[in-house]
Amino acid sequence: MSAPVPGDAVRGDAVRQSLASFRREREADWKAFETLLARVEKRAPRALSEEELLSLPLLYRSALSSLSVARATSLDSALIAYLESLSLRGYFYLYGARRGLRQRVGDFFLHDWPGAIRDLWRETLVSVALMFVGIGAGAWLVASDKGWFDAIIPSGLAAGRGPDASAELLRTMLYDGDNGFLSGFAAYLFTHNVQVAILAFALGFAFAAPTVLLMLFNGCMLGALFQVYWAKGLGMELGGWLAIHGTTELFAIALAGAAGMRIGTRIAFPGELTRMTAAAHAGRVAATAMVGVSVMLLFAGLLEGIGRQTITSDATRYAIGGGMLALWIGYFYLFQMVRNGDR
Amino acid sequence: MATARRSALATMRSLITPEGVDLQIKLADAGTRAAAFLLDVVFIATAAIAVTIVALFGVRGLGSDEMQPLFIVWIIAIFFLRNVYFIAFEAGRRASTPGKRIVGIRVASRNGAGLSVDQVIARNLMREIEVFLPLSIIAGRSGMGVADTLTTVFGLVWALLFALFPLFNRDRMRIGDLLAGTWVVEAPKRTLMEDLSARQDPVAKTFQFSHAQLDAYGIAELHKLEEVLRRDDYFALRAVAETIGRKIGSTPQAHDARPFLTAYYGELRAHLERKLLLGNRKADKYQR
Repeated sequence: MSAPVPGDAVRGDAVRQSLASFRREREADWKAFETLLARVEKRAPRALSEEELLSLPLLYRSALSSLSVARATSLDSALIAYLESLSLRGYFYLYGARRGLRQRVGDFFLHDWPGAIRDLWRETLVSVALMFVGIGAGAWLVASDKGWFDAIIPSGLAAGRGPDASAELLRTMLYDGDNGFLSGFAAYLFTHNVQVAILAFALGFAFAAPTVLLMLFNGCMLGALFQVYWAKGLGMELGGWLAIHGTTELFAIALAGAAGMRIGTRIAFPGELTRMTAAAHAGRVAATAMVGVSVMLLFAGLLEGIGRQTITSDATRYAIGGGMLALWIGYFYLFQMVRNGDR
Repeated sequence: MATARRSALATMRSLITPEGVDLQIKLADAGTRAAAFLLDVVFIATAAIAVTIVALFGVRGLGSDEMQPLFIVWIIAIFFLRNVYFIAFEAGRRASTPGKRIVGIRVASRNGAGLSVDQVIARNLMREIEVFLPLSIIAGRSGMGVADTLTTVFGLVWALLFALFPLFNRDRMRIGDLLAGTWVVEAPKRTLMEDLSARQDPVAKTFQFSHAQLDAYGIAELHKLEEVLRRDDYFALRAVAETIGRKIGSTPQAHDARPFLTAYYGELRAHLERKLLLGNRKADKYQR
């Protein structure tokens, strides 16, 4: 085509020069930011000196401004992609919640956990009520027809207990102490119960229906077992056997069910929020409650595996069970009043 | 071309920093996330097997008296692997599990604020019904020897329903993401690559281009050319050099493809960048 236009080439070179010098001058900052980020992402911010820590936001802003300049003037897509990824990493690091672990744990036990449980009070009431309904139903069913017992309680869990077992056998089961595998059993119970609780929580997503059924059925099993013992005149003794860990465990499972119900009902009836936002809000409260639930189940597992097998006096069992329940209720619902002043 | 660009745009979301810059995050696609999850499953399984082997050898060495504490440690370790692995890694500074880190994605809060621990917990507990529950139903059934076709099919349908959930919504969220208010975005680590127009090539200096020759292409073609040059594949370079040469009416020697393209890239970029400075963004070759 036509001969090269010298004027254009010169002007093009000028642009090229200025962009090259832009990159040359800023490059050191980008590299410094990249190495600092790599270090803080691997190790705690303590690993940095004070100057490095102070330079972090400055370098971040410099990277962001470089990105803006590059987007507006440069057509080097690799350079822009590099700056975008660097700025994004910096953004996530600098604007992420950066609370220390100790503060996080402290906040969880002081505010977040009891707060979440208090927030779920309505669902908790429903969940506890459902459990009691289940207990009543289970007891009534087994009282009317013994056959229901096998239908409600899986034979593996019943382990020989049943409407036809002798009172002696039932009694020894309640007070049968050391079986050599106590704490292992406790650990097993803990993990098993946590899985049940997670299930009660996660199934709430299906508009809470499976959670409601799970709560009812849990109560049913309890009621069926209770009826068998009650018929043999061992009701009080079974109560002690259950109470020592059961107050904590059943409360925890009721709370997990409440968390599941919160999610299900908020998805079904989001109110003024969009369904998504309502679900996200409910999910966060429920998740906090769930962590608390697993802590409670850890206690319950310890009480069940160790306390129940070694403590065989009914009075002590009732005292420990009642004490634990009072402790939880006090912690969740009354603790707030004490701390109200300095929040 | 047009559909490819549209699908790329469909996964872009704007993230405006407090400084007012739009960082343009890209949502991770389903395949990447599945790959990350499979990697994590492999890691967990490997760790679980290692723990079990250590526990078994420990039992043999210790005798049955000291079995009990070992049993406890084993149960707790398996429990932690299953439930805490994802939570612990995602609550960390990089908000990604080792599997996610390998494929270059991370979890982020949908509203752009920092990711909080309760969000991480909520999104990971939901995995229980998404993956482990149907699996454990199937495993439990087959363990009891009553795994009939129906329960297996039911379990699989359930698992698929949840596993494919991310494909059915715009933001590629799984149920856990939906509940926690999170999404998974691409966060690749990129290295700063050389500036192609600063490349010193003695042969390239011999090429000169006229104004009209530089007007033949726009920004989209420039970026394609950059890709080809960075890939540095001999045959691709030659094919592209021939095409460009034909279009602008200057055919280089076959062995000169690379310097020719380098020179043309440098000139074209300077030309387009100058236009850009003057407020004329030439998106592609069709734009005047």
